[in-house]
Amino acid sequence: MNFTQSFRLAIKSLTTSKMRALLTMLGIIIGVGAVIVILSLGNGLTGMVQQQVDKLGINMIQAQFFGGTADRLPDPEDMYDMVEANADILTGVSPYLGVNAVVRHGSDKFDRTNLYGVSEIMYNAATGYTIDGEQLAKGRFVSYMDVERRANICIIGAYLEQEAFDGDALGKQLSINGRPLTVVGVLKRNAELEMLPGSQDDQIYIPYTTALEIMGSRWVNLYIFTSTSGETADAGKRIIEAYLNDFFRTDDGMWNYFYITTMAEQANQINAMMGVAMGVLVAIAAISLLVGGIGIMNIMLVSVTERTREIGVRKSLGAKRKDIRSQFVIEAGTTSAIGGLLGIGFGCLLAKLLEALLGGMLVASMGASGITFNATPTMGAIMLSFGVSVGIGILFGYLPANKAAKLNPIDALRYD
Amino acid sequence: MEHLIELKNVYKIYQMGEETVHALDGVDLTIDQGEFVAIVGSSGSGKSTAMNIIGCLDVPTSGTYHLGGVDVSTMDDDQQAEIRNKMLGFIFQQYNLIPKLSVLENVELPLLYAGVDSGERRERALASLERVGLRDKGKNLPSQLSGGQQQRVSIARALAGDPSLILADEPTGALDSRTGREVLKFLKQLHQEGNTVVLITHDNSIAVKAERIVRLQDGKIIYDGDSRDPRAVVQPHGEDEEEEVGA
Repeated sequence: MNFTQSFRLAIKSLTTSKMRALLTMLGIIIGVGAVIVILSLGNGLTGMVQQQVDKLGINMIQAQFFGGTADRLPDPEDMYDMVEANADILTGVSPYLGVNAVVRHGSDKFDRTNLYGVSEIMYNAATGYTIDGEQLAKGRFVSYMDVERRANICIIGAYLEQEAFDGDALGKQLSINGRPLTVVGVLKRNAELEMLPGSQDDQIYIPYTTALEIMGSRWVNLYIFTSTSGETADAGKRIIEAYLNDFFRTDDGMWNYFYITTMAEQANQINAMMGVAMGVLVAIAAISLLVGGIGIMNIMLVSVTERTREIGVRKSLGAKRKDIRSQFVIEAGTTSAIGGLLGIGFGCLLAKLLEALLGGMLVASMGASGITFNATPTMGAIMLSFGVSVGIGILFGYLPANKAAKLNPIDALRYD
Repeated sequence: MEHLIELKNVYKIYQMGEETVHALDGVDLTIDQGEFVAIVGSSGSGKSTAMNIIGCLDVPTSGTYHLGGVDVSTMDDDQQAEIRNKMLGFIFQQYNLIPKLSVLENVELPLLYAGVDSGERRERALASLERVGLRDKGKNLPSQLSGGQQQRVSIARALAGDPSLILADEPTGALDSRTGREVLKFLKQLHQEGNTVVLITHDNSIAVKAERIVRLQDGKIIYDGDSRDPRAVVQPHGEDEEEEVGA
């Protein structure tokens, strides 16, 4: 019944002593601001991971072979057979060989260039992305026939095209460990990144069969599988695991003979880690909210003392305990709610500032293109912080309000 | 007819350290609807305690107090608050207006606590301000008014809830003699309109404005009768006359 008046009184006393109001609310402002910043940044990071996963394909399964005590590893042919035998779940497999070799073009030597041996499965013609998240700028990707024939072809990154071929590489040649390879495709430049040696734009894909020959090796130790969808990735993982346990004649070869992980698992791991980190940070920010709450309690106790006479007058006019109590609780709640709103504004601004400052860097460190860092707090985070700040005001305002409610009207009226 | 106020054998006993103080020492008092009574006494006579008990701000140690036929001497805090709200209008020496509220909001307060909705509240508060001739000052803050005007606002506030009893505690104490007289004239007018007024004062010259005087000394009633009776203003032995205010 006297909510509006209590609310207006609270606003009035806040505006008449602005400095005091600001200092009272400072703890809440900082606490809520910090929570908003943390949640926004966390939200941005989670969003980045999600975008990465979406782009690479949630249906990706990575299998790495260590071999353990075995004297041989599965052949690529074995892998193909296994995929074919489980075509209802697994849709493809590509070897993924990291190659150590010297790349030359004429007299130029590119010793920081990343070199990968892959199969045609690496590139999804339907989405236009490779499993690594790359797109073709021109030409074509590795084909089935290239793999079969150990063709001397390669697909190069934008940096190499620029540096070695002055922006026109198609049909031209470079050499890897002395073996001449023809450029049949060029990858799109990763716009957010500077083009530097060893960067994401400084790379070469070749057929894995060609790569094995160049390295003089027989064994492929890393494969990337794809399943029919994100939902079947786990089933795919179990199929591969069962196959490998069988192959290595072991009951549980995970970690010793091989390691299999799905994209979803990796994303979950990252998210879980970020969740823990965010939880710790929010807990630290919560200390500031606690301090803010104590600040409000302190100022409300002062206010109750200052307004003892007013309380006496109100009681003499018929205010009951609950009337006085709710007046002061509303005042405390209003104070901290305004502090909360200011904190939310301050936090959003700071989050946007950090987004501008750190966004590029974070995207670069994720090593992926076409991903954005968007540090905008969710509506849920805003509502939560607002709710918490009002709650703190009410919680910490209750004790002073109760003190006011219990004042004896005679003593309160005589108070100077 | 039922008495509006009926105190029966009321004691109020305080323990001050080793000493026991009988602020009210067996008081019997009845006041009827429509009376104008002054409760007089020097400081320490028990008149403030009497006012607290009549005003339902305090409860007697023993004895009973019936206000409007209801026993209020055993009520708790909140029940007393309700009685104060419904039946009593206070006028204080220091006006006791709330400085941050406008004049109108101050007058609305008793109605607010009575749960009257905002439209009617406003109307009744304005009508009450009208009675004290300050309708046009509703938007002002109390500090923008003179002392006499502030006291009139507090009278408007006391009247707003349409109380059965108006309780004025040294209402002229903070005013100069001229405005003091105005306030007293106003109380008299309220009485003539049929209101019951109880005035608490230490000042005989003010007390005689009432129709009936109740004189307290050491917690006991030593005179209760017509204010025109010369005995009403006789100073008891051994008591110093306090400084007089007004005339």
